Amino acid sequence: MSATTAPAWVRQRRDPSWIVRLFDWKPFLVFACLFPAVGLLTVFLTYPLGLGIWLAFTDTTIGRAGVWVGLENFEYLLEDRMWWNAVFYSVFYTGIATFGKFALGLWLALLLNNHLPFKSLLRAIILLPWIVPTVLSAIAFWWIYDPQFSIISYVAIKAGITSQNIDFINTPWSARFSLIAANIWRGIPFVAISLLAGLQTISPSLYEAALLDGSTAWQRFRYITFPMLLPILAIVMTFSIIFTFTDFQLVYAITRGGPVNSTHLLATLAFQRGISGGQLGEGAAIAVSMIPFLVLATLFSYFALARRKWQQGEGND
Amino acid sequence: MNIITRRNALALGASAAALAATGAQAQILTQAGAATAPRLPIESGATLRMLRPVKFVQPDEDVFRAAAARFSQQTGVQVRIDFVGWEDINQQTAVTANTGAGPDLIIGFGDAPHIYAEKLIELTDVAEYLGRKYGGWMNVAQKYGKKHGTNNWIGLPFGGTAGPLVWRKSAVNAVGYQAPPSDLPGFLEMCKKLKAAGKPSGFALGNAVGDGNGFANWLVWSHGGSLLDEEGKVAINSPQTLNSLNYLKELYPTFIPGTIAWGDISNNRAYAANECWVTSNGVSLYFGLKNDPATAAIAADTEHSEMPHGLAGGWPSAPLTLNAMVFKHSRYPNAAKAFLQFMLEAEQYEPWLNANLGYWAHPLNAYKASAVWTSDPKVAIFRDSMNNKFWNGYKGPISEASGQANAEYVMVQMCAAVASGQSTPQEAAREAERRARRIFRR
Repeated sequence: MSATTAPAWVRQRRDPSWIVRLFDWKPFLVFACLFPAVGLLTVFLTYPLGLGIWLAFTDTTIGRAGVWVGLENFEYLLEDRMWWNAVFYSVFYTGIATFGKFALGLWLALLLNNHLPFKSLLRAIILLPWIVPTVLSAIAFWWIYDPQFSIISYVAIKAGITSQNIDFINTPWSARFSLIAANIWRGIPFVAISLLAGLQTISPSLYEAALLDGSTAWQRFRYITFPMLLPILAIVMTFSIIFTFTDFQLVYAITRGGPVNSTHLLATLAFQRGISGGQLGEGAAIAVSMIPFLVLATLFSYFALARRKWQQGEGND
Repeated sequence: MNIITRRNALALGASAAALAATGAQAQILTQAGAATAPRLPIESGATLRMLRPVKFVQPDEDVFRAAAARFSQQTGVQVRIDFVGWEDINQQTAVTANTGAGPDLIIGFGDAPHIYAEKLIELTDVAEYLGRKYGGWMNVAQKYGKKHGTNNWIGLPFGGTAGPLVWRKSAVNAVGYQAPPSDLPGFLEMCKKLKAAGKPSGFALGNAVGDGNGFANWLVWSHGGSLLDEEGKVAINSPQTLNSLNYLKELYPTFIPGTIAWGDISNNRAYAANECWVTSNGVSLYFGLKNDPATAAIAADTEHSEMPHGLAGGWPSAPLTLNAMVFKHSRYPNAAKAFLQFMLEAEQYEPWLNANLGYWAHPLNAYKASAVWTSDPKVAIFRDSMNNKFWNGYKGPISEASGQANAEYVMVQMCAAVASGQSTPQEAAREAERRARRIFRR
């Protein structure tokens, strides 16, 4: 009978325990691996950002939950002269300050790229304005620009250049340019050090070859240094634009948006309305209104500069 | 009204301690009237937690804590007092009111009880008892204490401080005045003469919460204008406001250059450096000068007087006011009320008032007899701070929005726009009206 037949040996596939099966199940594995990262991002990024955007569509004040008001906050901003002023000055501030930082920062980077005595020490010193907490440098500039006790006015009067205190922050345009100067001073080291790092990746052999071909210094800069530097330039510029556009401390510490609101940036105006004034909804709307500008600026520096890199014949990895 | 720097406050510590020591031994000078205290059976097992703004001078905290300890001894109610930074107290009050948790009572600033009125218990019985006993509540105290248009008390004012005209006697005398004229044309004339003499006046027109708002309010109120009417409708765009702005157009050129960029501390510095000779500030400026040997001579030459009244029929200044409130969520409302009443009784309040050197002025008439007001003749003017008839958001009800208008510098920027020549008075008043309409739309 078949009963006597030895049963054909079948490799007993041990039934895997449920936990093994669970971890072999791909969708779960994906979920399990992503959960910590997604959780962190949700709690610390998505939630605050989402809350900020949601607040912008409500009339929440500090201490009172608001109701949904749709686009009312934005409609008001569009007819608010102070908001338009802040938009203008934010763009102007970012534009001029970024240009200044890059012109001077690149120049400084080129100087530092030469062989200088005490090179490391010099580089460390250059970084100081960037390392010092902004609030401290802002307070220093607050004194430098003080209407009565400015050190610059004092020196100028002693030297006989002028007979009265220089007007730094008492009239709109001088205040705007004074703040831009402070921002440039603070931003140069970041640009200079980043570009210096970029400069040092450029192979010296390129310069040697160019020298053999009898190139001038300007030609070496124009056709070797600059194109090779463009990729890092794009990244640094993106960061710099974002930092500058969202600047808060310098303006708030030095002028608080004065004289007569002429130096409000969107960030300081949002704080003024949202926290000091208590209108969280409106403040959030102002903050949200920065997003399109930031996205545009990022896209510009990314695509415009990356495209030129491609046109120069560099690999576009 | 005025931001007092920590450094000044620290310097004051020593002299304040001395006064507090003598003040504690001195007898109570306040004449108490007859009144029966309300019956406040203290709940068994009651404990209290309270918040109040940080001190100006160390004895403020010491005397306050000692009084609270006496309350604990007498009633068995433990009181925990937290001192909170000035910038944070409004936010903490908001959170307490809306979460219904946390401190039982808070001493906040003037408008807070009006913003959270429905979260607070009424203090009418305590307020009326104290009023009867101590000669009645003063004007600003009544305004900040009572719910708008009623006699129901929701706050118990603890003190206030105003910003008078601060002037150098030598400079004012040198241009031919015994004291600054109290009428507006005369005041303008004096400022012109001071400017010609190279000793200009200066008032903050920058984004300075205390000094900037104080000056702008004075300017508009002294010309009969106001941000709101009695019903709380925006009334800033008025002929009176235009008059005040036209006056400012003449007054501003007599200032020291740079006041449009001034913050709360700028006038103190310019005054201490002999660059500005007439300004407006709280008592901190005077004490700061007096306690520094380098500037003691300036303090000796300094006088205080009320800002010109103009058409206001009184000193147009809104004192910064401490205002106590008890929350409905407190499990021990009677203990909280009893504590506030205890602190405002002469045995506790007068030593505390003296310990504050004049930084805070009393809200109840009878305390005008306190020793602090005779301790230095130059401080005497602050005695009647709370007798003003003005408040932030005058003439309307006190509300969240009136606080916001203050924090967003609506009045200051209207003035600064005209002073700097950026706007005509008409444009500036219209812009202020537009902003105020938005703020007061609810």
